[in-house]
Amino acid sequence: MSDINTAQPPIPAASQRRHFVLSVLTNPTGLVALLALLVVIASAIFAPLLAPNDPSAVQIFKVNAVAGDGYLLGGDGSGRDIWSRLLHGGRNTFLGALITVAIAASIGVTAGLFAGFYGRKLDLVARWISDGIMALPALIVLLAFYQALGASIYLSMAVFGVMLSPGFFRLTRNLVNGVKHELYIDAARVSGLSDLRIITRHILLSVRAPVVIQTSIVAGIAIVVQSGLEFLGLGDPSTPTWGGMLQDAFSNIYVSPQAILWPGLAITATVASLVLLANAIRDRMQQGGVQVRAPKVLPRTMSEPLPRAAPDVLLDVRDLVVAYPASDGWREVVKGVSLSLRRGEVLGLVGESGSGKSQTAFSILGLLSSGGRVLSGSIQFDGIDLGRSSEDELRALRGKRIAYVPQEPMANLDPAFRIGFQLVEPMMTVLGISRAEATRRALKLLARVKLPDPERVFRAYPHEISGGMAQRVLIAGAVACSPDLLIADEPTTALDVTVQAEVLDLLRDLQKEFNMAVMLVTHNFGVVADSCGRVAVMKDGRIVEINTVADLFAAPAHDYTRMLLGSVLEDGRTRTYRLPMTEEMRA
Amino acid sequence: MVRYLLRRVASGIALLCLVSTVTFMMVFGATGNVARNILGENATVDQLKALNSRLGLDRPLMVQFGDWVSHAVRGDLGPSWTMSESVASALASRLPVTLSMVTIAVALMALLSAMLGIAAAVRGGWADRAIQIVSVAGFAMPNFWLGLLLVLTFSVKFGWLPATGYVSFSASPSAWAASLVLPVTALVLSGIASASQQIRGAVIDALKQDYVRTLRSRGVSPRSVLYRHALRNAMPAALTVLSVQFIALLGGAAVIERVFAIPGMGSLTVSAALIGDVPVLMGVVVTLIIVVVLVNILVDFLNAWANPKVRMS
Repeated sequence: MSDINTAQPPIPAASQRRHFVLSVLTNPTGLVALLALLVVIASAIFAPLLAPNDPSAVQIFKVNAVAGDGYLLGGDGSGRDIWSRLLHGGRNTFLGALITVAIAASIGVTAGLFAGFYGRKLDLVARWISDGIMALPALIVLLAFYQALGASIYLSMAVFGVMLSPGFFRLTRNLVNGVKHELYIDAARVSGLSDLRIITRHILLSVRAPVVIQTSIVAGIAIVVQSGLEFLGLGDPSTPTWGGMLQDAFSNIYVSPQAILWPGLAITATVASLVLLANAIRDRMQQGGVQVRAPKVLPRTMSEPLPRAAPDVLLDVRDLVVAYPASDGWREVVKGVSLSLRRGEVLGLVGESGSGKSQTAFSILGLLSSGGRVLSGSIQFDGIDLGRSSEDELRALRGKRIAYVPQEPMANLDPAFRIGFQLVEPMMTVLGISRAEATRRALKLLARVKLPDPERVFRAYPHEISGGMAQRVLIAGAVACSPDLLIADEPTTALDVTVQAEVLDLLRDLQKEFNMAVMLVTHNFGVVADSCGRVAVMKDGRIVEINTVADLFAAPAHDYTRMLLGSVLEDGRTRTYRLPMTEEMRA
Repeated sequence: MVRYLLRRVASGIALLCLVSTVTFMMVFGATGNVARNILGENATVDQLKALNSRLGLDRPLMVQFGDWVSHAVRGDLGPSWTMSESVASALASRLPVTLSMVTIAVALMALLSAMLGIAAAVRGGWADRAIQIVSVAGFAMPNFWLGLLLVLTFSVKFGWLPATGYVSFSASPSAWAASLVLPVTALVLSGIASASQQIRGAVIDALKQDYVRTLRSRGVSPRSVLYRHALRNAMPAALTVLSVQFIALLGGAAVIERVFAIPGMGSLTVSAALIGDVPVLMGVVVTLIIVVVLVNILVDFLNAWANPKVRMS
């Protein structure tokens, strides 16, 4: 059994579980919803004690009586007490909802567990049935079956439960598919637990919370549909029901209009509590215990207008700090980067993933992911302070003067549009040329990036070409408006080794042809040695070393650079390189 | 593409066969009280027997089923047991009423929830809060109660719009429109809830994709990025929720039609269900399944247009 102990499923222990329930309750919406629900359920259970009158007792003088006249909320069309009927109506409503939920959940969860766990044929059949049931208009089916099911609304609600089971089925099946390859399930299987035991003990526990949410939602749907059926006159007319009360109020709408309100309010309040409770649980689950709130204050310190850099300097980045909102304020991913690029120069930006090199590149483009901000520092491009530019001004530069080649070619082409259109549209926008002219240029560009059969690629959708071809297309798109600065973010990482060299050659040729400055973001020193004039090494959001390629390779000044070089160079000495003491330890 | 659609049609036909068989067994298997329902409490045993044999209910269930199927495949759904017309002609006069009401409702719902969903996805703030409130209210308020409140406010109190009654389009287009305003409003509000939330999620997902950054890096206008690229990619999710809503509204129309006294499929179903007019119920179920299957195939077509990958496979 030790196998299982070491591979505990991520199930909260009892105390944590209590903590979870409590934390849902600390959410004000969740607390109010739960209290409201408890009040409604309690008043339904204790209706015989709470109701001042017999819900079926008819008082002929109180037909459509106004509120307060002996009856708290007035009398209905037959002279019965609306308040008492409301209390008693809750009983049958909750019983109906309970039946629906119990049947929907037991069928759906069971089928979902087995279909998800065993997969294949069982899954296929179960999915077809589930899709079929979902394609039926439930209310119509319930009406059609009414004669067969008899006057009891509960039988109808049971059938409705079957019709709602696909919701539970799909949910459980997808959750099981998600967890069944987790290590703790494998461990349980290896240790000899039976499938049934694994399903019930381990998997069922991890799908519990989403099923609770679904239960809450289904209970709400059941209450609404049941009242609809009763409103239509189905069910036993001698039982007080919320839907039946609405029917009665509807036939007396001109005499006693306010009677419409109470049963509807009862239904709406009950269902709203169920939904809000479900939302509170979902919010709680999604947060995973941490209250994430974007920091409100923007600590952006505006730098003084900078003196214009030397005329041959195209890009000048100074003390750049980029941050994303986190649970405890701003999390800095770039911590004071300074670098500059002359016209026609190729600068390598090297570092491990997470070192902040891509974020540096994105902030130059003004295209940080949502939430990301430049907190301080400046970016000057050809005398323009990008930090002080509006989004419109930045957009006027993008594509035309600053271009971008991304890392994952396939993810960077819109799958819904032909490749030709994705080249033509930016050219028409940026250069203001006609569609015909843009098409002519696009075909020329596709030929220029050495794509065989440019016409075919122009007409193709992204999924019809290979990754290498897609990267050529993206390079063609980037150089389409002959930019001054090209930012290439790991342009070869996602490609086959044989294709990598070709794409680098292409980039180098184009750089010379257009005399572009290129910032080549990479983690590969081989790429740097091939293509760059200068190189900046980044670590933890800072530049640790910046030098010409020749000098840096000959005499790396920083330990981290040496370590990175050591991992690529075919050199016995650096191969045995051991991690040196860090700066802090030496200090 | 053709094979994909053929498979969907075959699956739809299989669904139709399965559901009509189950429904037939359920409704024809429980016709014990039908004769009494039709003839009333005072009918004699002989009268009941005579009616049962006239309706063919004294035959074995399988014989009845075979008989029904052999007529149904030729479009003959038999005579109604309680109305003086055939089931097919009753359906032919009722279906357009319900379909026009539901189609208008779904189109409006698509428009409103797309606007709300996109606004919430892009701006957050008030649109996000509006969606949250609308989605709880839309879910919790039964649409027929909403319909009753609308009648109470706009018909009973202010007298602006007709409370009940339906005028056909050919009789008077303006009266037709006026008679649909309240029922369509009641149907739309309840559906906007889930549709706008789904569209919001789909647009947010689409805007997070890498190609959006690349498009922006090329200087493509924000409007094109949102309405041309992101929306096109969010379309499959939006279409799916709208087709689910369409099915839900076909059912929901039954109650709404009763509130507004609209002579559609819903009110036909309700009266047939209460009295036990079994051939009409069979006709309703079969017709609506066909409508649902057709709508799903239409959605597949639109999906194929929005997503070229589907088109190729």
